[in-house]
Amino acid sequence: MGDQESSVSSSRQIVVNSEEGIVLARQAGRAMSAGLGHSETDQILVATAISEVARNIVLYAGHGVVELEVTTGPNGSGLSIRAVDEGPGIPDIELAMRDGYSTGRSLGLGLPGARRLMDDFSITSEPGHGTIVTMVKWGGTAVPVMEGSPP
Amino acid sequence: MSSTMTVPILRQGDILIVTLQGDLGDADWAKLTDDLLARVADKRTRYAVLDLSVVDVLDSFACRTIVGLTNMVSLRGPTMIVAGIQPGVAFAMVQLGATLPGVATALDLDHALALMTHG
Repeated sequence: MGDQESSVSSSRQIVVNSEEGIVLARQAGRAMSAGLGHSETDQILVATAISEVARNIVLYAGHGVVELEVTTGPNGSGLSIRAVDEGPGIPDIELAMRDGYSTGRSLGLGLPGARRLMDDFSITSEPGHGTIVTMVKWGGTAVPVMEGSPP
Repeated sequence: MSSTMTVPILRQGDILIVTLQGDLGDADWAKLTDDLLARVADKRTRYAVLDLSVVDVLDSFACRTIVGLTNMVSLRGPTMIVAGIQPGVAFAMVQLGATLPGVATALDLDHALALMTHG
């Protein structure tokens, strides 16, 4: 914790294998979002989206990681979130992205809801090998401190 | 982190007031449901307020839990009101598609109490 107050740690990885992991992941995401200068509302959107994808990991894969990383694009900085698992995968992504579609363990809002909460959203899945959800919230105003950059 | 959080349930006359203290995990929601249903069994209870004014994340699981909790309390008799959903949280819920069908809401705890005492 030697960072200065204004700096944003550039990446974090949270193991998600229980409901505590879901809470840790969304709290870490919210903290990084706040550090990037996201608005209060954007911080809530980020935390909610992380909660949904992390819950999918616990429900369907049992174990995975949520990777949080500061990213930069043409219009400034953002928070990039990758939810990675090696679970059963999703046979029909188009179907899984429909509102209200669920195999029975949830309301079926997780993936389509997370897509609406974030700016960028993509999902790749291979049945039998796992799922990777990648999403970004842009609009950060703070300058990210990259690892290895001079003080 | 494995222990659950105890959410205080206060009584004011015939009203039970539940003020969430922060970010609840799934087990915390389950415990709150059990605790509130146990307290509602008290004959004097006519209303219950769930104060969410310091809650900053309500995901689809939490929303489903709140709807279930409200229905369970109502089936027991008392009327439940959910109070204090913050504007950013409301925005996120709508984007997510997670609503609270059949749940009465109020701007804050004071508003909820006014609704109860003045009808």
